[in-house]
Amino acid sequence: MPVVEYKVPENIDAAVSMLSNTQLSTKVMAGGTDLIIQSRAQSSDPLVVVDVKHIDSMMAAVIVDGGLNLGPSMSCAQFTARHDIKAIYPGLVEAAYLIGSTQVQGRSSIGGNLCNASPAADTIPALIANGAECVIQGPQGERIVAAEDFVTGVGQNCMAQGELLTRIQIAAPQANTSDAYLRFIPRTEMDIAVAGAAVSVTLDADGTCTAARVSIGAVATTALLVPDAAKALIGTKLDEAALAAAAAAATAASKPISDRRGTVEFRRHVVGVLTRRAAVIAAERAKEK
Amino acid sequence: MSEAKQYKYIGTRSIRPDGYDKVTGRANYGADMSLPGMIWGKILRSPHAHAKIKSIDTTKAEALAGVLAVASYADFPSVADEVVASGEGSSNLLDLANNILAKDKVLYHGHAILAIGARTAAIAEQALGLVEIEYEVLKPVLDVNDAMAADAPVLHENMFTQGLAETPTKASNIAARQEFKMGDIEVGFAEADIIVERDFYTPTVHQGYIEPHACTASYDQDGQSMVWCSTQGHFDVRTSTAKLLNLNLNRLKVIASEIGGGFGGKTTVYLEPVALILSRKSGRPVKMIMDRDDVFKASGPGSATRNWVKIGAKKDGTITAMQALLHYEAGAFKGSPVMMGCMTAFTPYAVPNMYVEGYDVVVNKPKVAAYRAPGAPQAEYAAEMVVNEIADKLGIDPIDLRLKNAAKEGTQTIYGPKLKAVGLVECLEAAKNSPHYQAALKENQGRGVAAGFWFNVGGQSSVTLNMNPDGTGTIVEGSPDIGGSRASMQLMAAEELGMPAENLKPIIGDTENVAFSAGTGGSRTTFATGMAVIEAAQDVVRQLKERSAAVWNLTADQIEYQEGETFSGDNRMTVAEICAGAERTGGQITGRGNINARGAGPSFAVHLCDVEVDRDTGKVDVLRYTAVQDAGKAIHPSYVEGQLQGGAAQGIGWALNEEYVYSADGHMENAGFLDYRIPLASDLPMIDAIIVEVPNPFHPFGVRGVGESGIIPPLAATAYAVSQAIGLPITDLPCSPPNVLKVIQDNA
Amino acid sequence: MAKIHVNTSINGEVVEFLCEPHETLLDVLRNDLQLTGTKEGCASGDCGACSVTVNDALVCSCLVLGVEADGAEIGTIEGVSNKDQLHVIQQKFLEHAALQCGICTPGLVVSTKKLLEENPNPTEEEARYYLAGNLCRCTGYDKIIRAVLDAAETMRGAA
Repeated sequence: MPVVEYKVPENIDAAVSMLSNTQLSTKVMAGGTDLIIQSRAQSSDPLVVVDVKHIDSMMAAVIVDGGLNLGPSMSCAQFTARHDIKAIYPGLVEAAYLIGSTQVQGRSSIGGNLCNASPAADTIPALIANGAECVIQGPQGERIVAAEDFVTGVGQNCMAQGELLTRIQIAAPQANTSDAYLRFIPRTEMDIAVAGAAVSVTLDADGTCTAARVSIGAVATTALLVPDAAKALIGTKLDEAALAAAAAAATAASKPISDRRGTVEFRRHVVGVLTRRAAVIAAERAKEK
Repeated sequence: MSEAKQYKYIGTRSIRPDGYDKVTGRANYGADMSLPGMIWGKILRSPHAHAKIKSIDTTKAEALAGVLAVASYADFPSVADEVVASGEGSSNLLDLANNILAKDKVLYHGHAILAIGARTAAIAEQALGLVEIEYEVLKPVLDVNDAMAADAPVLHENMFTQGLAETPTKASNIAARQEFKMGDIEVGFAEADIIVERDFYTPTVHQGYIEPHACTASYDQDGQSMVWCSTQGHFDVRTSTAKLLNLNLNRLKVIASEIGGGFGGKTTVYLEPVALILSRKSGRPVKMIMDRDDVFKASGPGSATRNWVKIGAKKDGTITAMQALLHYEAGAFKGSPVMMGCMTAFTPYAVPNMYVEGYDVVVNKPKVAAYRAPGAPQAEYAAEMVVNEIADKLGIDPIDLRLKNAAKEGTQTIYGPKLKAVGLVECLEAAKNSPHYQAALKENQGRGVAAGFWFNVGGQSSVTLNMNPDGTGTIVEGSPDIGGSRASMQLMAAEELGMPAENLKPIIGDTENVAFSAGTGGSRTTFATGMAVIEAAQDVVRQLKERSAAVWNLTADQIEYQEGETFSGDNRMTVAEICAGAERTGGQITGRGNINARGAGPSFAVHLCDVEVDRDTGKVDVLRYTAVQDAGKAIHPSYVEGQLQGGAAQGIGWALNEEYVYSADGHMENAGFLDYRIPLASDLPMIDAIIVEVPNPFHPFGVRGVGESGIIPPLAATAYAVSQAIGLPITDLPCSPPNVLKVIQDNA
Repeated sequence: MAKIHVNTSINGEVVEFLCEPHETLLDVLRNDLQLTGTKEGCASGDCGACSVTVNDALVCSCLVLGVEADGAEIGTIEGVSNKDQLHVIQQKFLEHAALQCGICTPGLVVSTKKLLEENPNPTEEEARYYLAGNLCRCTGYDKIIRAVLDAAETMRGAA
């Protein structure tokens, strides 16, 4: 059953109230690039849509003390145009840029990508690699959840009815830190990730990796944080052996399925390749900082 | 005819006459027609790949407010077991009816079962959800090999293989067997120094036109029934629809809308008869539009094939024997284009010994439709891959090997006639001399070459050229314009009449304002309908002379005509003057061209493709592409180039990423442009188009059709380039990353 | 379901309409407002035939609810030419024969216009990636990209 009601809250409290006080299935809409298709495909419940695009804080991104406070519903087109953000988190901006076409970019958002909770979501590994936190407002107040804990399953997130993702925050990275996200798709654009890998690394003065976070996507029911891959990088100069170990750790951590987009074997192999390549790019970027 | 002939209009790059409407959004396509009181029709489709329909209950659906009509197979008047021509092939009427609305068995996921007409599309959709159907689910068969197995589930209990020495008494999924032969392949293989044989697979692919099937129909008891639809052949829509609904042809007008791509896939009917039934039962005009997933699940597609090719050659590159065994999926009803595969596979080669055997096999997939050179790309892919391998193994340049064996004028074909003047050698030489072929390759890169042959067809076309009192004219033709053919008609008429092209307006008449014309398919329109245009223009010239003769008191044979003027001695009259005075010389002037065009000239194509392969992921990037093709004479070079480039792009998609993906229980899993991956702007390089012109001696201007040959070579050119880049043989399409990576890893 | 009253602006003209909450902007444009220049190819955001601008963002109108148009400014293919004067992009599409069947053309023209507003001097690669969401099955994109780059050059010259 399609959308039967459309609501436009003007502030967070109103949105939370609309989400809480409802008999019908109620969903937040930002860009709607997933929701509108889903509302048409699902022949089950009537759906109430709460369009949060008219809440200013949901649509804005600000750099605070070198870190990012992101309104979850800001369009990817606006997000990727922000050179100040790209200077700090190039991998996250790349991930946002990879979502869909130019047209989809005009609507889709990082918060939407996160809440939709597709295993193949491009920005989720990049958020996880950057240690992003999700600020959730509900009838009982605010709580904060790490990005890697936000998604709980295919199409499922940790939010209860009445809760709204109001902000995504990332602390300022340490010096000589940068990130990269790579995904594999059969074409050059427009496809859903067959595998994805985001890597954030911190280097010291002589190029040794002192900290790292590795996250992989489209190879399990949710994007995964892969501590073993990070461990393989930390303490090394990202030499061949370290990269191979990180790739192997990513492959080992992956639990993919075979579907119309790729096979188990292919995904397990490619997620390792992407992890290695993303690590190299992230390190190059970190050196330049 | 003289090759050096200079033309004034032909060969120019004029602005197409329908262009303004198309860049401004004014052009009306299949879904753009609405009528007063119109309702919407939606189709209920099978969730199963193979099942018996035990019962259907529409009570609840019909009770829903806003539901006005339900249509099912029972609404067809008694359908005869006869064959009707449709587009590039023909259909059995019973199969056609059964495909449009299943009788008692569904044969593929998405098979139409019934239709509901309602006040809005949303109500119709809701009503479909209220229909109760009981199925007995049967095991599906989804691959030609499985379908041919002795214990395979049988789709049609009354289907007995045709084309065997003795027709079997046991029903099977093998609809027909064909064979073509010449010479003696045993002798040929005995003469060979090298023999290469391989098995190949090509997947089910879709034409992928961007415009879904759509129509608006209005039934009228007084014989004013009307169907507006997106089609490659509105006369064929009329024939099929009238036959299915038992109407005389004069009681049904079919109007061809602008068509948003077809590539063969819009040469049959899916919605039109259903919309007319719903209109009859509701008393309202009915609009029907397929959703994109309906288009993938239930229209088109092109046959998946499993083909085996064996070729023998001498050390000097002389090919001595060519053999193929072809298996083509027809989809749910018989009628794959395997015969075309048999006829085209080896036709680029002048080889005395050939043998090709082909099987037409039904599977639980949608009934295949024509797809650009139907049947040829699959068979020629297999043949060209083996030819390339032989060239490699003999250390001979693949173009030189083809030049040594190239079909030319006088070459005996496997399907009967000898070739007339053709341009394969010229295409091969143009490819060889192209800057592309000279360019160096780097590591992980490879180059593929392939040739392609397609017959092209002629057939019936009708044109009237109505001259206006101011001396301008309207060309009324019956061939839907799918890619700019109106521009070509305009140029040919302008050339013949010596009049500015803009003074001649080409339009596509409906089935009532021009006589029967075969559909736009078989690369026939510029050739055959062009000939009808030329004939109509000549008819106009004849009458212009007669009218001038009447004015000057001379006889028509004393009058000359040139550049829009008649003259005789000092007498001169412009077309405008003659038309303005037509009232006094016998009334207005109409030229007619009604032809059944013979002498279609085959078009050979040769393509070059460079790729780079990422050995870690199997991903293929197309770096450079050149398409060479013999156009005979390019009437509008830009649109000829466009055909070459578009064919190349479709063929590249076929080679690299396009395929139907089915679950084990026969559900199509990628019925959308997200996962049925046609090439994007960012996937392709510029495609260099080189037009070769070896005139077709049977057309006044030398025209050959150009629409289809261009999709044939890309499969092998691309796949062989991949094979060269990785140094390993490729046999199965698509060369998608998982498939290519598997080849690399299996050989590591 | 009660219909919702929407006030909007389409190609600079004030427009109001009633629509049901589930209707997409594409449905509204085509079926309620008879602006059929915007085409439906997939209804899932994968083909770009329904490209329009909403408040200056390029979007697929099949992925926008009609009700979201309230208070917004919508731009469609019908607003690209200036009355009978074709936009340079439209003219270049014709000159380069950048269309065959033409069903993708309105979407491509709308997208190209936005591309050249954002980036008046795109490289071939930038143009190809920006337009990757506009599928064309006829042309192989060659002539489209040439038309886009030529239009860009002409517009830069005129600016």
